Amino acid sequence: MNLLVFVKQVPDTETRIQIKDGQVDTSSVKWVVNPYDEFAIEEALRIRERLGAGRVTVAGLGPDRVKDAIKYGLSLGADEGVHLKGDGVALWDPSCVSAVLAAAARKIGFDLVLTGKQGVDYDWSQAGVMLAERLDVPHVSVVVELHVDPAAKKGTAKREVEGGAETVEFELPALITAQKGLNEPRYASLKGIMAVKKKVIPEWGLGDLGVDPASVGPDAAGVHFLEFSLPPARSAGRILEGDPAETAHELVRLLREEAKVI
Amino acid sequence: MAAPVKVAVVAETKAGAVRKIALEMLAEARRLAGAAGGSVGAVVIGPVAAGEAERLAKHGADRVVHVDGAALERYAPEAYAGAVKRAVEALAPDVLFFGATAQGKDLAPRAAARLGAGLASDCVGFEWKDGALVARRPVFAGKAFAQVAFGAARPQIASVRPNTYKPAEADAGRSAAVETIALGEVRVRARVTAFEATEGGVADLTEATIIVSGGRAMGGPDNFELLRKLCKVLGATMGASRAAVDAGWIDHSYQVGQTGKVVNPTLYFAVGISGAIQHLAGMSSSRTIVAINKDKEAPIFKLASYGIVGDLYKVVPALTEEFAKVLKE
Repeated sequence: MNLLVFVKQVPDTETRIQIKDGQVDTSSVKWVVNPYDEFAIEEALRIRERLGAGRVTVAGLGPDRVKDAIKYGLSLGADEGVHLKGDGVALWDPSCVSAVLAAAARKIGFDLVLTGKQGVDYDWSQAGVMLAERLDVPHVSVVVELHVDPAAKKGTAKREVEGGAETVEFELPALITAQKGLNEPRYASLKGIMAVKKKVIPEWGLGDLGVDPASVGPDAAGVHFLEFSLPPARSAGRILEGDPAETAHELVRLLREEAKVI
Repeated sequence: MAAPVKVAVVAETKAGAVRKIALEMLAEARRLAGAAGGSVGAVVIGPVAAGEAERLAKHGADRVVHVDGAALERYAPEAYAGAVKRAVEALAPDVLFFGATAQGKDLAPRAAARLGAGLASDCVGFEWKDGALVARRPVFAGKAFAQVAFGAARPQIASVRPNTYKPAEADAGRSAAVETIALGEVRVRARVTAFEATEGGVADLTEATIIVSGGRAMGGPDNFELLRKLCKVLGATMGASRAAVDAGWIDHSYQVGQTGKVVNPTLYFAVGISGAIQHLAGMSSSRTIVAINKDKEAPIFKLASYGIVGDLYKVVPALTEEFAKVLKE
């Protein structure tokens, strides 16, 4: 079974976002693997382990630093890594990104594509599902439980929805997007980290993928960022101290009479 | 604006009834269309109860398109994307709204890719600029906001965050013809076969009006009982910080923050939560924030509308008792 995982890099969630001239200033950002992509990598590895066969490929689109995310996947046990070079691609736009990923998926081959349910940067939650549509395969998004049966060419997933979980039955090949709770990602072993040094990560440009640069460049983008801003500051609140019963009484009074929210 | 604009809303249903998010979007669609002398369309997909299509008209739709067919009995993204495409062909809207719900977030990207149009997700504001739509949406889980414009393709598609707009009052004088489109045979390779409810009768975190969240200072799973009691008195939904989830005290589905739910309630209680930046990102747009923490220097107090410095084991039961008293009156 060919398991293909798409990963990206995002600013660490502890990052305080800085805006400079209306744009996000990433000059001092610490880049990490998108947390939801970690669940996707882990799930691919577990499927391979359960089946006792199969191949896990980790691919990522973007600048050279994306190789760190690919190497992270290799250090955990992925068989192959591929770096998709982002030059000329409208990387902020899920539509253009999914078009490049689709070309890569076709070239690599897959039975199941796994990726995070969203990047914790622009929070679009789109590229995975758009990729499924472009590949003409079914998808299940926001998955918290997954079973696949490659012999029967089908699978079952649980996805998180308001107030509960839906069970979805699907046919393979397919795509899933991973939600927290799908699994507990492992840590890289020293052996795994050492093994990465020997791996060659091929670099594919748009030409290698047979993608027309005009079809995934800024003019082809579905959405554009005009400007970024910080949320409005909140004014200082009122702090109560003292006897628990008295402060509780006062707080309830304030919520009812001043804030009028109860 | 040159030509009159057409705004359309994909009205999600639950057990055949139109969900509140659809009425919220209709109110904003009306405002956007009205500003430009335009019209509003509504799209319903699959089984729908009697009178529900009319309800969309009373809340602002000029036209209602109902796409129906055997493949639409239950939510299936491929079939529903096909239904959206048919409705878009019928309505030819300039702007198309989906609710940023579990279903809307699953369907909108599939439909957008099929239509070859751009999608701005989880939007909280819209305006016209030189005849084109500009959407405002949170990024980095609310640490910043972005103004988003669309490419040349139409419709301009957006998913709208629930609780952002107020539904208009139903106008009994309004009506609309309901046009039915039959969706023929479609290939469905993924379908929902079952639904399993979590804590019954409680609003989802993303839809809740009141949320009570616990953090690291809860000290263990048992103490969440204290919060459950407060939630019960308030009719609130319980949440948690990543620290509490990663400690294994409570399921990840309760997590509020950048790698959990981004919430938007009227009232948010942060109990024993110090206020790590990734938590603040997920709840800072709450209207009123109450922080309860032993540490007066905790960052959460900088954001809080009201704070109690004290021992949560004493403060929370006192609050529960006080609320029970005043809410009974």
